Amino acid sequence: MGSIARIEVTDGNPVAALQGFCARLLADGEISAVLAPRRLPGNGGTMPALVADPEQFHDVDPLAPSFRLSAARMLTRLTRGADEGGLVAALLRPCEVRAFIELCKLNQGSLENTLLVSLDCPGAFTNADTGRFSGNRGNAEALLGFLRADGRGDFDGMQIARACRTCEHPTGAEADLSICLFGQDPAKGLLLMANTPRGEGFMTRLGLPEASDDGARAKALDVLLTERRAAQEQMFAETTAATSDMSGLSTFLSACVNCYNCRTACPVCYCKECVFLTDVFEHKPWQYMSWARQRGALKMPTDTVFFHLTRLAHMSTACVGCGQCSNACPNDVPVMELFKTIAASTQKAFDYEAGRDPGEAPPLSVFREHEFTELTGGLD
Amino acid sequence: MQELIMTPQMQGEPMPGAAFEPAIVAFVCNWCTYTAADLAGTSRMVQSPNVRLVRMMCTGMVDPKYIIKALLGGADAVLISGCHPGDCHYINGNYKARRRVKLLMEILPRFGIDSRRIKLTWVGASEGNEFAATVNRFAAEIKELGPIDTRSLPLL
Repeated sequence: MGSIARIEVTDGNPVAALQGFCARLLADGEISAVLAPRRLPGNGGTMPALVADPEQFHDVDPLAPSFRLSAARMLTRLTRGADEGGLVAALLRPCEVRAFIELCKLNQGSLENTLLVSLDCPGAFTNADTGRFSGNRGNAEALLGFLRADGRGDFDGMQIARACRTCEHPTGAEADLSICLFGQDPAKGLLLMANTPRGEGFMTRLGLPEASDDGARAKALDVLLTERRAAQEQMFAETTAATSDMSGLSTFLSACVNCYNCRTACPVCYCKECVFLTDVFEHKPWQYMSWARQRGALKMPTDTVFFHLTRLAHMSTACVGCGQCSNACPNDVPVMELFKTIAASTQKAFDYEAGRDPGEAPPLSVFREHEFTELTGGLD
Repeated sequence: MQELIMTPQMQGEPMPGAAFEPAIVAFVCNWCTYTAADLAGTSRMVQSPNVRLVRMMCTGMVDPKYIIKALLGGADAVLISGCHPGDCHYINGNYKARRRVKLLMEILPRFGIDSRRIKLTWVGASEGNEFAATVNRFAAEIKELGPIDTRSLPLL
Protein backbone atom coordinates (compact mmCIF):
# COMPACT_ATOMS: atom_id res chain seq x y z
CA MET A 1 0.00 0.00 0.00
CA GLY A 2 1.22 3.48 -0.90
CA SER A 3 1.26 6.55 1.25
CA ILE A 4 -1.88 8.23 2.54
CA ALA A 5 -2.84 11.89 2.91
CA ARG A 6 -5.85 13.61 4.34
CA ILE A 7 -8.30 15.81 2.46
CA GLU A 8 -9.75 18.10 5.12
CA VAL A 9 -13.48 18.73 4.97
CA THR A 10 -14.76 22.00 6.42
CA ASP A 11 -18.37 22.98 7.20
CA GLY A 12 -19.39 19.35 6.69
CA ASN A 13 -19.14 19.81 2.93
CA PRO A 14 -17.10 17.07 1.22
CA VAL A 15 -18.08 18.33 -2.24
CA ALA A 16 -16.43 21.70 -1.57
CA ALA A 17 -13.38 19.83 -0.26
CA LEU A 18 -13.10 17.90 -3.53
CA GLN A 19 -13.57 21.08 -5.55
CA GLY A 20 -10.63 22.47 -3.60
CA PHE A 21 -8.72 19.26 -4.30
CA CYS A 22 -9.38 19.66 -8.05
CA ALA A 23 -8.14 23.25 -7.88
CA ARG A 24 -4.96 22.04 -6.20
CA LEU A 25 -4.45 19.47 -8.94
CA LEU A 26 -4.87 22.14 -11.60
CA ALA A 27 -2.40 24.39 -9.81
CA ASP A 28 0.28 21.73 -10.33
CA GLY A 29 2.41 22.72 -13.31
CA GLU A 30 2.11 19.29 -14.93
CA ILE A 31 -1.71 19.25 -15.05
CA SER A 32 -3.30 21.29 -17.81
CA ALA A 33 -6.97 20.50 -17.13
CA VAL A 34 -9.21 18.41 -14.90
CA LEU A 35 -11.94 16.13 -16.24
CA ALA A 36 -14.57 15.76 -13.52
CA PRO A 37 -18.33 15.32 -13.14
CA ARG A 38 -20.04 18.70 -13.06
CA ARG A 39 -23.62 19.51 -12.08
CA LEU A 40 -26.04 20.08 -14.90
CA PRO A 41 -28.50 22.93 -14.70
CA GLY A 42 -32.00 21.99 -13.67
CA ASN A 43 -32.45 18.27 -13.47
CA GLY A 44 -29.86 17.50 -10.85
CA GLY A 45 -27.41 15.17 -12.52
CA THR A 46 -23.81 15.46 -13.55
CA MET A 47 -21.89 15.12 -16.78
CA PRO A 48 -18.12 15.12 -17.27
CA ALA A 49 -16.58 18.53 -17.89
CA LEU A 50 -13.04 19.45 -18.84
CA VAL A 51 -12.16 22.29 -16.49
CA ALA A 52 -9.16 24.45 -17.37
CA ASP A 53 -9.90 27.52 -15.23
CA PRO A 54 -9.45 27.27 -11.42
CA GLU A 55 -12.45 29.59 -10.98
CA GLN A 56 -14.73 27.04 -12.67
CA PHE A 57 -14.78 24.25 -10.08
CA HIS A 58 -17.87 25.55 -8.26
CA ASP A 59 -20.25 23.09 -9.95
CA VAL A 60 -17.90 20.12 -9.95
CA ASP A 61 -19.32 17.26 -7.90
CA PRO A 62 -17.56 13.88 -8.06
CA LEU A 63 -19.73 12.54 -5.22
CA ALA A 64 -23.15 13.05 -6.79
CA PRO A 65 -24.94 9.72 -7.27
CA SER A 66 -25.41 10.47 -10.94
CA PHE A 67 -23.82 8.43 -13.72
CA ARG A 68 -25.37 9.67 -16.94
CA LEU A 69 -22.61 8.23 -19.10
CA SER A 70 -19.24 6.60 -18.72
CA ALA A 71 -16.46 9.19 -18.97
CA ALA A 72 -13.99 6.53 -20.15
CA ARG A 73 -14.71 7.23 -23.81
CA MET A 74 -14.47 10.99 -23.17
CA LEU A 75 -11.05 10.56 -21.63
CA THR A 76 -9.81 8.59 -24.63
CA ARG A 77 -10.61 11.63 -26.77
CA LEU A 78 -8.44 13.75 -24.49
CA THR A 79 -5.46 11.43 -24.27
CA ARG A 80 -4.99 9.71 -27.60
CA GLY A 81 -1.88 10.44 -29.58
CA ALA A 82 1.22 12.17 -28.31
CA ASP A 83 1.20 14.27 -25.15
CA GLU A 84 0.46 17.79 -26.33
CA GLY A 85 1.25 19.96 -23.38
CA GLY A 86 0.30 18.76 -19.96
CA LEU A 87 -1.65 15.95 -18.41
CA VAL A 88 -5.37 15.70 -17.97
CA ALA A 89 -6.26 14.77 -14.41
CA ALA A 90 -9.44 12.67 -14.56
CA LEU A 91 -11.78 12.03 -11.65
CA LEU A 92 -13.47 8.78 -12.55
CA ARG A 93 -15.59 6.12 -10.96
CA PRO A 94 -13.73 2.78 -10.62
CA CYS A 95 -15.68 1.22 -13.51
CA GLU A 96 -14.75 4.20 -15.69
CA VAL A 97 -11.08 3.69 -14.80
CA ARG A 98 -11.28 0.02 -15.75
CA ALA A 99 -13.10 0.78 -19.01
CA PHE A 100 -10.47 3.40 -19.83
CA ILE A 101 -7.72 0.85 -19.23
CA GLU A 102 -9.46 -1.55 -21.61
CA LEU A 103 -9.61 1.16 -24.30
CA CYS A 104 -5.94 2.04 -23.75
CA LYS A 105 -5.05 -1.60 -24.43
CA LEU A 106 -6.62 -1.10 -27.86
CA ASN A 107 -4.63 2.10 -28.39
CA GLN A 108 -7.74 4.25 -28.22
CA GLY A 109 -6.45 6.28 -25.29
CA SER A 110 -3.22 6.69 -23.40
CA LEU A 111 -2.45 6.12 -19.75
CA GLU A 112 0.70 8.19 -20.24
CA ASN A 113 -1.25 11.37 -20.84
CA THR A 114 -3.49 11.27 -17.84
CA LEU A 115 -3.43 11.21 -14.07
CA LEU A 116 -6.24 8.88 -13.01
CA VAL A 117 -7.96 9.78 -9.76
CA SER A 118 -10.70 7.46 -8.58
CA LEU A 119 -12.77 7.16 -5.45
CA ASP A 120 -14.46 4.64 -3.20
CA CYS A 121 -17.60 4.56 -5.28
CA PRO A 122 -20.83 5.03 -3.36
CA GLY A 123 -22.74 3.97 -6.51
CA ALA A 124 -25.24 5.93 -8.54
CA PHE A 125 -28.90 5.94 -9.42
CA THR A 126 -30.14 5.05 -12.86
CA ASN A 127 -30.62 7.99 -15.20
CA ALA A 128 -34.37 7.61 -14.67
CA ASP A 129 -33.99 7.89 -10.88
CA THR A 130 -31.19 10.47 -10.73
CA GLY A 131 -33.44 13.52 -10.84
CA ARG A 132 -35.69 12.13 -8.11
CA PHE A 133 -32.98 11.81 -5.46
CA SER A 134 -33.06 14.92 -3.30
CA GLY A 135 -29.29 14.72 -2.71
CA ASN A 136 -28.87 15.29 -6.44
CA ARG A 137 -30.99 18.42 -6.21
CA GLY A 138 -28.84 20.31 -3.77
CA ASN A 139 -29.97 18.75 -0.46
CA ALA A 140 -26.58 18.50 1.27
CA GLU A 141 -27.94 16.49 4.21
CA ALA A 142 -29.39 13.84 1.87
CA LEU A 143 -26.07 13.60 0.04
CA LEU A 144 -24.17 13.12 3.32
CA GLY A 145 -26.62 10.39 4.32
CA PHE A 146 -26.03 8.73 0.99
CA LEU A 147 -22.24 8.88 1.34
CA ARG A 148 -22.35 7.54 4.89
CA ALA A 149 -24.24 4.46 3.66
CA ASP A 150 -21.04 3.24 1.90
CA GLY A 151 -22.73 2.05 -1.27
CA ARG A 152 -26.01 0.53 -0.06
CA GLY A 153 -29.43 1.38 1.30
CA ASP A 154 -32.70 3.06 0.34
CA PHE A 155 -33.00 6.79 -0.37
CA ASP A 156 -36.21 8.62 -1.16
CA GLY A 157 -37.65 5.15 -1.80
CA MET A 158 -34.95 4.25 -4.35
CA GLN A 159 -31.87 2.09 -4.44
CA ILE A 160 -28.73 2.66 -6.48
CA ALA A 161 -28.65 0.97 -9.90
CA ARG A 162 -28.47 -2.82 -9.90
CA ALA A 163 -25.10 -2.69 -11.67
CA CYS A 164 -23.79 -0.74 -8.66
CA ARG A 165 -25.48 -3.04 -6.14
CA THR A 166 -23.71 -6.02 -7.72
CA CYS A 167 -20.34 -4.30 -8.27
CA GLU A 168 -17.39 -6.07 -6.68
CA HIS A 169 -14.80 -3.44 -7.67
CA PRO A 170 -15.92 -0.29 -5.86
CA THR A 171 -12.49 1.10 -4.93
CA GLY A 172 -10.58 2.18 -8.03
CA ALA A 173 -7.29 0.66 -6.96
CA GLU A 174 -6.21 0.71 -10.62
CA ALA A 175 -6.03 4.54 -10.63
CA ASP A 176 -2.95 6.59 -9.71
CA LEU A 177 -4.73 8.16 -6.74
CA SER A 178 -7.84 7.05 -4.84
CA ILE A 179 -10.10 9.17 -2.70
CA CYS A 180 -11.23 7.00 0.19
CA LEU A 181 -14.77 7.37 1.51
CA PHE A 182 -15.60 3.97 2.94
CA GLY A 183 -15.47 3.88 6.70
CA GLN A 184 -14.79 7.63 6.86
CA ASP A 185 -17.09 10.40 8.01
CA PRO A 186 -17.54 12.45 4.83
CA ALA A 187 -18.51 15.50 6.90
CA LYS A 188 -15.10 15.53 8.61
CA GLY A 189 -12.42 14.32 6.23
CA LEU A 190 -11.50 11.99 3.39
CA LEU A 191 -8.33 10.05 2.71
CA LEU A 192 -6.22 10.17 -0.41
CA MET A 193 -4.23 7.08 -1.28
CA ALA A 194 -1.46 6.77 -3.85
CA ASN A 195 -1.52 3.50 -5.83
CA THR A 196 1.28 4.13 -8.33
CA PRO A 197 4.68 5.86 -8.29
CA ARG A 198 3.18 8.63 -10.42
CA GLY A 199 0.33 9.08 -7.94
CA GLU A 200 2.90 9.12 -5.14
CA GLY A 201 4.79 11.94 -6.86
CA PHE A 202 1.69 14.06 -7.26
CA MET A 203 0.57 13.44 -3.73
CA THR A 204 3.87 14.73 -2.37
CA ARG A 205 3.63 17.86 -4.50
CA LEU A 206 0.03 18.55 -3.51
CA GLY A 207 1.23 19.25 0.02
CA LEU A 208 -1.69 17.57 1.77
CA PRO A 209 -1.30 16.63 5.44
CA GLU A 210 -0.11 13.07 5.99
CA ALA A 211 -2.54 10.60 7.47
CA SER A 212 -2.65 7.01 8.57
CA ASP A 213 -5.16 4.30 7.89
CA ASP A 214 -7.00 3.20 11.02
CA GLY A 215 -8.39 0.10 9.36
CA ALA A 216 -11.97 1.38 9.30
CA ARG A 217 -11.97 1.46 5.51
CA ALA A 218 -10.80 -2.12 5.06
CA LYS A 219 -13.43 -3.27 7.52
CA ALA A 220 -16.25 -1.37 5.80
CA LEU A 221 -15.06 -2.61 2.42
CA ASP A 222 -14.96 -6.20 3.58
CA VAL A 223 -18.58 -6.08 4.73
CA LEU A 224 -19.66 -4.35 1.54
CA LEU A 225 -17.90 -6.85 -0.73
CA THR A 226 -19.52 -9.79 1.03
CA GLU A 227 -22.94 -8.25 0.40
CA ARG A 228 -22.08 -7.36 -3.17
CA ARG A 229 -20.84 -10.86 -4.02
CA ALA A 230 -24.02 -12.38 -2.65
CA ALA A 231 -26.12 -9.95 -4.70
CA GLN A 232 -24.03 -10.79 -7.75
CA GLU A 233 -24.43 -14.54 -7.28
CA GLN A 234 -28.18 -14.08 -7.03
CA MET A 235 -28.25 -11.97 -10.20
CA PHE A 236 -26.18 -14.56 -12.07
CA ALA A 237 -28.47 -17.36 -10.94
CA GLU A 238 -31.63 -15.46 -11.92
CA THR A 239 -30.27 -14.48 -15.31
CA THR A 240 -28.92 -17.93 -16.07
CA ALA A 241 -32.26 -19.50 -15.22
CA ALA A 242 -34.18 -17.02 -17.39
CA THR A 243 -31.92 -17.51 -20.42
CA SER A 244 -31.15 -21.22 -20.25
CA ASP A 245 -32.41 -21.85 -23.78
CA MET A 246 -32.86 -19.80 -26.94
CA SER A 247 -36.54 -19.40 -26.29
CA GLY A 248 -35.74 -17.98 -22.83
CA LEU A 249 -33.13 -15.67 -24.30
CA SER A 250 -35.48 -14.34 -26.94
CA THR A 251 -38.12 -13.74 -24.28
CA PHE A 252 -35.51 -11.99 -22.12
CA LEU A 253 -34.72 -9.66 -25.03
CA SER A 254 -38.24 -9.40 -26.40
CA ALA A 255 -38.71 -5.69 -25.54
CA CYS A 256 -35.58 -4.76 -27.53
CA VAL A 257 -36.34 -2.41 -30.43
CA ASN A 258 -32.85 -2.57 -32.01
CA CYS A 259 -32.11 1.05 -31.10
CA TYR A 260 -28.52 0.04 -30.23
CA ASN A 261 -28.41 2.57 -27.39
CA CYS A 262 -26.67 -0.08 -25.27
CA ARG A 263 -23.91 -0.22 -27.84
CA THR A 264 -23.59 3.57 -27.92
CA ALA A 265 -23.54 3.83 -24.13
CA CYS A 266 -21.11 0.94 -23.70
CA PRO A 267 -17.67 2.33 -22.90
CA VAL A 268 -15.86 -0.77 -24.14
CA CYS A 269 -17.74 -1.34 -27.40
CA TYR A 270 -14.52 -0.49 -29.14
CA CYS A 271 -15.33 -0.66 -32.87
CA LYS A 272 -15.14 2.64 -34.72
CA GLU A 273 -18.01 1.47 -36.87
CA CYS A 274 -20.43 -1.15 -35.67
CA VAL A 275 -21.13 -3.85 -38.23
CA PHE A 276 -24.83 -3.69 -37.35
CA LEU A 277 -24.95 -0.17 -38.75
CA THR A 278 -23.27 -1.08 -42.03
CA ASP A 279 -24.63 -2.24 -45.39
CA VAL A 280 -24.24 -5.83 -44.23
CA PHE A 281 -27.53 -5.38 -42.40
CA GLU A 282 -29.27 -3.41 -45.14
CA HIS A 283 -31.17 -6.50 -46.21
CA LYS A 284 -32.98 -6.52 -49.52
CA PRO A 285 -36.77 -7.00 -49.58
CA TRP A 286 -36.41 -10.46 -51.15
CA GLN A 287 -34.23 -11.47 -48.22
CA TYR A 288 -36.94 -10.58 -45.70
CA MET A 289 -39.54 -12.33 -47.82
CA SER A 290 -37.47 -15.45 -47.97
CA TRP A 291 -36.89 -15.48 -44.21
CA ALA A 292 -40.59 -14.93 -43.63
CA ARG A 293 -41.48 -17.83 -45.93
CA GLN A 294 -38.93 -20.06 -44.26
CA ARG A 295 -40.34 -19.49 -40.75
CA GLY A 296 -43.90 -18.63 -41.64
CA ALA A 297 -43.53 -15.26 -39.86
CA LEU A 298 -40.60 -12.95 -39.28
CA LYS A 299 -40.27 -10.57 -36.34
CA MET A 300 -39.39 -7.05 -37.44
CA PRO A 301 -36.94 -5.51 -36.87
CA THR A 302 -34.82 -8.60 -37.43
CA ASP A 303 -31.45 -9.59 -35.99
CA THR A 304 -32.26 -8.69 -32.37
CA VAL A 305 -30.90 -11.82 -30.71
CA PHE A 306 -28.12 -11.89 -33.30
CA PHE A 307 -27.09 -8.35 -32.29
CA HIS A 308 -26.88 -9.13 -28.59
CA LEU A 309 -25.08 -12.46 -29.10
CA THR A 310 -22.56 -10.80 -31.40
CA ARG A 311 -21.98 -7.99 -28.94
CA LEU A 312 -21.47 -10.59 -26.20
CA ALA A 313 -18.86 -12.29 -28.38
CA HIS A 314 -17.15 -9.04 -29.29
CA MET A 315 -16.97 -7.20 -25.97
CA SER A 316 -17.89 -9.44 -23.04
CA THR A 317 -14.22 -10.10 -22.27
CA ALA A 318 -13.81 -6.31 -21.88
CA CYS A 319 -17.05 -5.76 -19.92
CA VAL A 320 -16.46 -3.84 -16.69
CA GLY A 321 -20.06 -4.16 -15.51
CA CYS A 322 -20.74 -0.42 -15.34
CA GLY A 323 -24.40 -0.91 -16.26
CA GLN A 324 -24.58 1.92 -18.78
CA CYS A 325 -26.21 -0.51 -21.27
CA SER A 326 -29.22 -0.92 -19.00
CA ASN A 327 -29.11 2.78 -18.18
CA ALA A 328 -29.44 3.63 -21.86
CA CYS A 329 -32.16 1.10 -22.65
CA PRO A 330 -35.48 2.82 -23.37
CA ASN A 331 -37.46 -0.36 -22.77
CA ASP A 332 -35.97 -1.70 -19.54
CA VAL A 333 -34.40 -4.76 -21.11
CA PRO A 334 -32.09 -6.14 -18.38
CA VAL A 335 -29.05 -5.85 -20.64
CA MET A 336 -26.55 -5.37 -17.82
CA GLU A 337 -27.72 -8.53 -16.07
CA LEU A 338 -27.17 -10.59 -19.22
CA PHE A 339 -23.81 -9.06 -20.14
CA LYS A 340 -22.37 -9.15 -16.64
CA THR A 341 -23.42 -12.78 -16.23
CA ILE A 342 -21.86 -13.90 -19.51
CA ALA A 343 -18.81 -11.65 -19.03
CA ALA A 344 -18.07 -13.37 -15.74
CA SER A 345 -17.76 -16.70 -17.52
CA THR A 346 -15.94 -15.52 -20.66
CA GLN A 347 -13.39 -13.60 -18.62
CA LYS A 348 -12.89 -16.59 -16.34
CA ALA A 349 -12.37 -18.85 -19.36
CA PHE A 350 -9.34 -16.78 -20.36
CA ASP A 351 -8.22 -16.11 -16.79
CA TYR A 352 -8.75 -12.44 -17.53
CA GLU A 353 -10.35 -9.55 -15.73
CA ALA A 354 -11.28 -6.43 -17.64
CA GLY A 355 -9.40 -3.35 -16.45
CA ARG A 356 -7.39 -5.20 -13.80
CA ASP A 357 -3.97 -4.60 -15.28
CA PRO A 358 -2.92 -2.42 -18.23
CA GLY A 359 -0.21 -4.98 -19.00
CA GLU A 360 -2.69 -7.81 -19.51
CA ALA A 361 -3.47 -8.20 -23.23
CA PRO A 362 -7.13 -8.60 -24.30
CA PRO A 363 -7.64 -12.38 -24.58
CA LEU A 364 -8.82 -12.33 -28.18
CA SER A 365 -5.73 -10.39 -29.29
CA VAL A 366 -3.25 -13.05 -28.23
CA PHE A 367 -2.88 -16.84 -28.18
CA ARG A 368 -0.64 -19.59 -26.93
CA GLU A 369 0.62 -22.43 -29.05
CA HIS A 370 -0.58 -25.06 -26.63
CA GLU A 371 -3.99 -24.32 -25.16
CA PHE A 372 -7.65 -25.38 -25.27
CA THR A 373 -6.79 -28.70 -26.90
CA GLU A 374 -10.15 -30.03 -25.67
CA LEU A 375 -11.71 -28.10 -28.55
CA THR A 376 -9.95 -30.21 -31.16
CA GLY A 377 -10.34 -33.59 -29.50
CA GLY A 378 -7.03 -33.36 -27.67
CA LEU A 379 -5.10 -32.55 -30.85
CA ASP A 380 -2.63 -29.73 -30.58
CA MET B 1 -26.73 -17.47 -46.40
CA GLN B 2 -30.26 -18.56 -47.12
CA GLU B 3 -29.38 -20.65 -50.19
CA LEU B 4 -26.42 -21.97 -48.33
CA ILE B 5 -28.35 -23.76 -45.65
CA MET B 6 -31.38 -24.70 -47.65
CA THR B 7 -32.17 -28.36 -47.33
CA PRO B 8 -35.07 -30.25 -48.88
CA GLN B 9 -36.67 -30.33 -45.43
CA MET B 10 -36.62 -26.58 -45.05
CA GLN B 11 -38.72 -26.03 -48.13
CA GLY B 12 -41.75 -27.31 -46.33
CA GLU B 13 -42.89 -29.75 -43.71
CA PRO B 14 -40.71 -32.83 -43.61
CA MET B 15 -42.32 -35.92 -45.07
CA PRO B 16 -43.73 -38.06 -42.26
CA GLY B 17 -41.26 -40.74 -41.42
CA ALA B 18 -38.47 -39.07 -43.37
CA ALA B 19 -35.14 -39.18 -41.55
CA PHE B 20 -33.78 -35.88 -40.24
CA GLU B 21 -31.16 -34.47 -42.60
CA PRO B 22 -29.06 -31.87 -40.81
CA ALA B 23 -27.75 -28.73 -42.49
CA ILE B 24 -24.16 -28.10 -41.51
CA VAL B 25 -22.26 -24.95 -42.43
CA ALA B 26 -18.51 -25.39 -42.66
CA PHE B 27 -16.07 -22.48 -42.66
CA VAL B 28 -12.92 -23.91 -44.17
CA CYS B 29 -9.60 -22.29 -44.92
CA ASN B 30 -8.53 -21.94 -48.51
CA TRP B 31 -5.06 -23.37 -48.00
CA CYS B 32 -5.68 -26.54 -46.04
CA THR B 33 -9.20 -27.81 -45.43
CA TYR B 34 -10.70 -26.47 -48.64
CA THR B 35 -7.89 -28.12 -50.57
CA ALA B 36 -8.50 -31.32 -48.63
CA ALA B 37 -12.21 -31.14 -49.48
CA ASP B 38 -11.28 -30.70 -53.11
CA LEU B 39 -9.02 -33.71 -52.89
CA ALA B 40 -11.75 -35.77 -51.24
CA GLY B 41 -14.08 -34.76 -54.05
CA THR B 42 -11.70 -35.48 -56.92
CA SER B 43 -10.77 -38.77 -55.27
CA ARG B 44 -14.48 -39.62 -55.27
CA MET B 45 -14.58 -40.36 -51.57
CA VAL B 46 -18.00 -40.95 -50.08
CA GLN B 47 -19.05 -37.85 -48.18
CA SER B 48 -22.20 -36.85 -46.39
CA PRO B 49 -24.08 -34.26 -48.49
CA ASN B 50 -25.23 -32.34 -45.40
CA VAL B 51 -22.26 -29.99 -45.31
CA ARG B 52 -22.21 -26.61 -47.10
CA LEU B 53 -18.69 -25.27 -47.43
CA VAL B 54 -17.85 -21.60 -47.07
CA ARG B 55 -14.34 -21.03 -48.32
CA MET B 56 -12.44 -18.49 -46.21
CA MET B 57 -8.90 -17.35 -46.79
CA CYS B 58 -8.10 -18.36 -43.21
CA THR B 59 -9.96 -19.65 -40.14
CA GLY B 60 -8.48 -16.59 -38.44
CA MET B 61 -11.01 -14.47 -40.31
CA VAL B 62 -14.04 -16.40 -39.10
CA ASP B 63 -15.68 -13.75 -36.95
CA PRO B 64 -17.84 -15.16 -34.13
CA LYS B 65 -20.84 -13.49 -35.75
CA TYR B 66 -20.61 -15.80 -38.78
CA ILE B 67 -20.99 -18.81 -36.54
CA ILE B 68 -23.78 -17.17 -34.52
CA LYS B 69 -25.63 -16.16 -37.69
CA ALA B 70 -25.44 -19.67 -39.12
CA LEU B 71 -26.82 -21.22 -35.94
CA LEU B 72 -29.59 -18.63 -35.61
CA GLY B 73 -30.39 -18.94 -39.30
CA GLY B 74 -31.22 -22.60 -39.02
CA ALA B 75 -27.94 -24.44 -39.50
CA ASP B 76 -27.95 -27.44 -37.21
CA ALA B 77 -24.21 -27.27 -36.69
CA VAL B 78 -21.11 -25.34 -37.70
CA LEU B 79 -17.74 -26.78 -38.60
CA ILE B 80 -14.65 -24.59 -38.56
CA SER B 81 -11.67 -26.28 -40.09
CA GLY B 82 -8.22 -25.03 -40.94
CA CYS B 83 -4.54 -25.85 -41.11
CA HIS B 84 -2.79 -27.79 -38.39
CA PRO B 85 -1.12 -25.61 -35.75
CA GLY B 86 2.18 -24.41 -37.14
CA ASP B 87 1.00 -24.82 -40.74
CA CYS B 88 -1.14 -21.69 -41.09
CA HIS B 89 -0.50 -19.88 -44.35
CA TYR B 90 -0.79 -16.63 -42.39
CA ILE B 91 1.39 -17.97 -39.59
CA ASN B 92 -1.10 -17.93 -36.70
CA GLY B 93 -4.69 -17.46 -37.92
CA ASN B 94 -5.70 -20.90 -36.72
CA TYR B 95 -4.57 -20.12 -33.15
CA LYS B 96 -6.79 -17.05 -33.21
CA ALA B 97 -9.68 -19.13 -34.52
CA ARG B 98 -9.20 -21.51 -31.61
CA ARG B 99 -9.59 -18.65 -29.09
CA ARG B 100 -12.75 -17.46 -30.84
CA VAL B 101 -14.25 -20.93 -30.77
CA LYS B 102 -13.32 -21.16 -27.10
CA LEU B 103 -15.13 -17.86 -26.53
CA LEU B 104 -18.27 -19.06 -28.30
CA MET B 105 -18.17 -22.30 -26.31
CA GLU B 106 -18.48 -20.15 -23.19
CA ILE B 107 -21.41 -18.16 -24.58
CA LEU B 108 -23.68 -20.27 -26.79
CA PRO B 109 -24.11 -23.38 -24.60
CA ARG B 110 -25.35 -21.08 -21.81
CA PHE B 111 -28.32 -20.33 -24.05
CA GLY B 112 -29.05 -23.97 -24.69
CA ILE B 113 -27.11 -24.43 -27.91
CA ASP B 114 -25.44 -27.80 -27.52
CA SER B 115 -21.66 -27.41 -27.62
CA ARG B 116 -21.50 -30.46 -29.93
CA ARG B 117 -23.04 -28.28 -32.64
CA ILE B 118 -19.81 -26.28 -32.93
CA LYS B 119 -16.74 -28.15 -34.05
CA LEU B 120 -13.19 -27.06 -34.70
CA THR B 121 -10.83 -29.37 -36.55
CA TRP B 122 -7.45 -29.24 -38.22
CA VAL B 123 -7.37 -30.89 -41.65
CA GLY B 124 -4.28 -30.46 -43.81
CA ALA B 125 -4.28 -30.02 -47.59
CA SER B 126 -3.25 -33.61 -48.28
CA GLU B 127 -5.77 -35.16 -45.90
CA GLY B 128 -8.73 -35.73 -48.23
CA ASN B 129 -9.57 -38.94 -46.42
CA GLU B 130 -9.46 -37.17 -43.06
CA PHE B 131 -11.81 -34.50 -44.39
CA ALA B 132 -14.35 -37.04 -45.63
CA ALA B 133 -14.17 -38.92 -42.34
CA THR B 134 -14.60 -35.70 -40.30
CA VAL B 135 -17.62 -34.66 -42.32
CA ASN B 136 -19.24 -38.09 -42.12
CA ARG B 137 -18.63 -38.40 -38.39
CA PHE B 138 -19.94 -34.90 -37.72
CA ALA B 139 -23.07 -35.37 -39.84
CA ALA B 140 -23.82 -38.63 -38.04
CA GLU B 141 -23.37 -36.92 -34.66
CA ILE B 142 -25.74 -34.11 -35.57
CA LYS B 143 -28.31 -36.54 -36.97
CA GLU B 144 -28.24 -38.20 -33.60
CA LEU B 145 -28.63 -34.82 -31.86
CA GLY B 146 -31.65 -33.76 -33.91
CA PRO B 147 -32.58 -30.39 -35.38
CA ILE B 148 -31.60 -27.13 -33.70
CA ASP B 149 -34.51 -25.33 -32.05
CA THR B 150 -33.69 -21.88 -33.48
CA ARG B 151 -35.47 -22.99 -36.66
CA SER B 152 -38.86 -22.94 -35.01
CA LEU B 153 -38.48 -19.92 -32.72
CA PRO B 154 -40.82 -17.07 -33.52
CA LEU B 155 -38.65 -14.32 -32.01
CA LEU B 156 -35.07 -13.86 -33.13
